[in-house]
Amino acid sequence: MEEMFVFRQVDSIVFGMLSPKMIKKMASAKIVTPELYDKEGYPVDGGLMDIRLGVIDPGLTCKTCGSKLKECVGHFGYIELARPIVHFKYVGVILSLLRSTCRECGRVLIPKNKIESYRQALERIEQEEGLLERRKKIAEIITGLKTANKCPHCRSRQQKISIEKPTSFLENEKRISPIEIRSRLEKIPDEDCEIFGINSKFTRPEWMILTVMPIPPVTMRPSITLESGERSEDDLTHKLGDIVRINQRLFENINAGAPEIIIEDLWDLLQYHITTFFDNEVAQLPVARHRSGQPLKTLTARIKSKEGRIRHNLAGKRTNFSARTVISPDPMLDLDEVAVPFEIAMKLTVPERITKWNAEYLKSFVEKGPNKYPGSNYIVRPDGKKKKITDETKEQLLEELQPGYVVERHLLDGDIALFNRQPSLHRMSMMCHKVRVLPHKTFRMNPAVCAPYNADFDGDEMNLHIPQTEEARAEAEILMEVQTQLISPRYGLSIIGCVQDSIAGNFVLTKGKGVRMPYNEAVDLLLSVRINDFSKLPKKSIVTGHDIFSCLLPNDFDFKGKSKNDEQVIIKNGILIEGTMDKATLGGGSGLMLRNLHKKYGPKITIDILGKMFRLGIQVLLKYGFTTAISDVELPDVANQKIKESLDSARKEVYELISLFEKGKLDAFPGRSIEETLELKILERLNTARNETGLIVANNVDRTKPTIIMTDSGSKGGPLNLAQMSACVGQQAMRGARISKGYNNRTLSCFSQGDLGPSAHGFIRHGFKEGLTPSEFFFGAMTGRDSLMDTALRTPKSGYLYRRLANALQDLRVEYDDTVRDATGRIIQFNYGEDNIDVSKSEGGNLNVKKIIESI
Amino acid sequence: MAVEEYKDKLPLKIQEELNEIIPKNTAKSKLNMINEQVYKEYMKMKVEPGEGVGLVAAESIGEPGTQMTLNTFHFAGVAEMNVTVGLPRIIEILDGSKAISTPMMEIYLKSPYSKGKNIKELATNIKETTLKEAAKEISVNISNSTIEITLNMEKLKILNLNVAKLAKQLNESTKGFHVKAADDSISFKPRSKNTELNEIFKLKEKLKDVYISGIKRIKQVLPVKRGDEFVIITAGTNLHEILSLDFVDTTRTTCNDIYEIVEVLGIEAARQTIINEVSKVIDAQGLNVDIRHIMLVSDLMCHNGNIKGITRYGVISEKSSILAKASFETPIKHIINASLVGEEDKLNSVIENVMLNQPVPIGTGLPSLVSRKVPE
Repeated sequence: MEEMFVFRQVDSIVFGMLSPKMIKKMASAKIVTPELYDKEGYPVDGGLMDIRLGVIDPGLTCKTCGSKLKECVGHFGYIELARPIVHFKYVGVILSLLRSTCRECGRVLIPKNKIESYRQALERIEQEEGLLERRKKIAEIITGLKTANKCPHCRSRQQKISIEKPTSFLENEKRISPIEIRSRLEKIPDEDCEIFGINSKFTRPEWMILTVMPIPPVTMRPSITLESGERSEDDLTHKLGDIVRINQRLFENINAGAPEIIIEDLWDLLQYHITTFFDNEVAQLPVARHRSGQPLKTLTARIKSKEGRIRHNLAGKRTNFSARTVISPDPMLDLDEVAVPFEIAMKLTVPERITKWNAEYLKSFVEKGPNKYPGSNYIVRPDGKKKKITDETKEQLLEELQPGYVVERHLLDGDIALFNRQPSLHRMSMMCHKVRVLPHKTFRMNPAVCAPYNADFDGDEMNLHIPQTEEARAEAEILMEVQTQLISPRYGLSIIGCVQDSIAGNFVLTKGKGVRMPYNEAVDLLLSVRINDFSKLPKKSIVTGHDIFSCLLPNDFDFKGKSKNDEQVIIKNGILIEGTMDKATLGGGSGLMLRNLHKKYGPKITIDILGKMFRLGIQVLLKYGFTTAISDVELPDVANQKIKESLDSARKEVYELISLFEKGKLDAFPGRSIEETLELKILERLNTARNETGLIVANNVDRTKPTIIMTDSGSKGGPLNLAQMSACVGQQAMRGARISKGYNNRTLSCFSQGDLGPSAHGFIRHGFKEGLTPSEFFFGAMTGRDSLMDTALRTPKSGYLYRRLANALQDLRVEYDDTVRDATGRIIQFNYGEDNIDVSKSEGGNLNVKKIIESI
Repeated sequence: MAVEEYKDKLPLKIQEELNEIIPKNTAKSKLNMINEQVYKEYMKMKVEPGEGVGLVAAESIGEPGTQMTLNTFHFAGVAEMNVTVGLPRIIEILDGSKAISTPMMEIYLKSPYSKGKNIKELATNIKETTLKEAAKEISVNISNSTIEITLNMEKLKILNLNVAKLAKQLNESTKGFHVKAADDSISFKPRSKNTELNEIFKLKEKLKDVYISGIKRIKQVLPVKRGDEFVIITAGTNLHEILSLDFVDTTRTTCNDIYEIVEVLGIEAARQTIINEVSKVIDAQGLNVDIRHIMLVSDLMCHNGNIKGITRYGVISEKSSILAKASFETPIKHIINASLVGEEDKLNSVIENVMLNQPVPIGTGLPSLVSRKVPE
């Protein structure tokens, strides 16, 4: 069995203009009638839906190429225009050409002896600075020629040429007809075109005035058959219908010798239709509309902007073999796994080629058919024909199977999948996971990988793609698998780490002296975490949390670090000797223990240990129970008294400041008015008050309560949140200042005018537990809404910045000589980042020299 | 200490670090071992050829962009000035916009001024002062149609000006008026008898903003203590003139207007300024972005000697590929222009190949096989 692999690659694309000759040559039909279909509903010959232009109806064959629907790509047609028409998109070029060439002889208005020097200058600029600069220089030359009023070649006088937008040209306020324009453009010699940046090999100036027009193939303007059997034509077909109709009318009128005025009118109308065919958003023209009043979507609108051809269909493409559903957490999965529902696993398939060694194995999938789980949906014959497997065809196909056939089997555990969540802001937004086919209808993943995806489970949906070729799978596995993405290329630290419950759980386990539990309970705990090697667990009747945690670590792991509250954490020979596990050691970002594990043992083992730690934390919480309540933040009366005093004194001091201000005794800060100074001082005082209360709360709260365990371990919340709950929410700020807008001289109508006190400007002195007064609640709502607005305004702005950055930087790459270059080979950097260090392989962007020295 | 053998193989920064950390009297064999180990680790960290560092940099700056605040202004400390921070500032820098919203300078001083000597006086002398600020009152005497300015003598003294000098200066900037100086006032009298009152009022308004002393464009000055030295922070920039003052430490004084830096200090300084300004904003937001990414963006913006913003008129317009430009913004314009010249798209960057469903020449798409035909 021999296969031919033909591999062709497009090498380059040249852009140019179509000459009338070319248009006729590439056309397979001349369009002469605006009619579309005859009485039977069959396309009219010479009509816009002529079957020589391609087919869009099933059953018909294309008259040009003989192929059927979907095989025929379509063919162009053309119409002969009764009178020449200006191509709207080239109006600017035509104007500058008319202005700077002689109306008689067609030469550029540059003296003979200077032409050569201009040309050389342009060539030099193009070589040195590129096409863009050349274009600028050309524009400069052209503006210089505007004022010349005598041709240096034939000495004829030049007239002033102006433009009447959109498509008429005036000479001395008198209109020049496109016929005249065309004949003038024809006169421009090829050499002179060059000075205008027109390469006559590809573009002749007179082609900018259309005499024939190409008709796009029907395949790019298919009609839709409505339920009622009625045909609804594409916008382009409508527009082309108008053009052909007016063109025919113009022909008839000219032939009948109609008065000039009628012909002129029709000519203008034709110009309008052709202009709107190219661009329906021309500023000076009325928009062409459907009968319903909705504007027609013509060529320009099809190409440009986000929904246009380029950005929507060419730069971004749709894929098959993908799925999307809601996500939910499952800590019992490994980090690099994703749980896929059966329903999805039976729709997405993996192609596998039959060889004589796996024939039996693959046959078993075909036998099961498409409706039983590890089955298959299609087989592909060696000639590329795809056959659907159904219960009826199953038997027959099974017999047909032989090496060389491809079976598209259902997803199995361990298959490679790409998992993605939008917005895909960085490369960790799309990672490679291993499939686990499981019941229920959501994708499930380990909550530790939420961080790179920026996902939560409040209804988020994610996408899953199944790579279909060996190459794609290998690349996905090597470059995109979760363990290869542990270190963020943004700052060189891990972004995947323990989160939430797992941090709290490990904290509980190892806090202080650690939990103590009987040996068998510890074994139970470890087993539930899928650890079955208990050799490291001391053979004592009672073991501690530290002992249990040590079971996770490799035997030769040493680590010295600090926990969140600056206590020492010491691991020696894989045994946690001292210290508490918390966010500083387990978490992402600066989670240093993880970083060290990664450095020493590589991604595979790190991710395994991380998974174990994660499950351990959760199992600990399950075993001991963990629940939070607002009563957790209750404070002793003494503390409450202290908070009250602190807030009262702040209030008093603020009023002192105000009275000082009212007496005019307040000294202004340099460069500020007294009012501003007062605001700043008050703001500062109130902020210190809130911080004081925060300290009081932090020192007096009951550290055994779950809420406090959460903040202490770093799993969720911080001292600020505690203080806001139990003591004082604090100053609500909008744009860096106290709330000041609202009514005349006051924020809310319940305050007196001119009140400068804390409570009248958004200071919330109560905690959430105590409850807010109505006005305080309102201030909270104000800032809440302000921040919502901020987010809503920021998203599109940063999105646009990102798009621009990505577009500008996307083709920079490191070359084999270590330089960073762009696509044309221009050097941007001689050494990437001055030292060639890849951030995602570094430690926070550095090479840790100290550690190497210590290790020696 | 770095060993001779590795001098060319290790980056300067690492060599410096080695020189700093390792004690001088370390044995040669140990030195060699350390160097070798460092070199090994360094080789592991090196970027691989083909790595799409551009896109990684774009991601690394674009992604935290979504987390930044939009709050335009920020009061650092109690009494500092308003500065544009956050996303708007980043956009402003990367746009390469000529007029930035809050131009600022940080003027470092030479000793003894940096210790606080005459700091207030220096600051006020730098500031651009207009007549309005040096005058107690500016009034129009309708009966004899003159303008009378009563001056603030204390202020004049600080500014090193006297009435006569000031009058002479004002004379130069007004036409058609007699300027007369008195003890603490200056009066303006129209030369021709029938000057309309209207014009006198106009002059009065004009006089208010007439520049009399200091450095132009420095709108606000603020001496601040940084560590144990004094620094003058200004709103408004004029790098050229500030650097020519003799009490200014020219090695450290900077401003945040990139175009001014290019003009005065050159493109390399501008590149560094872009890096500094961007990382300043990112750090202030508590975000973490490696400096290499910012360097790359900055290098791209400055690589041909002029500052090019990351916009369709700047960096992106310089791309060679028509399709790449067209896929960004204004596709029709690019295609029309390309058709005139018969431009050729060589398809050697990323997006055109995506459009054509071909492998992109970056990363794993870069290497290809060259096969030699075996003669039969």
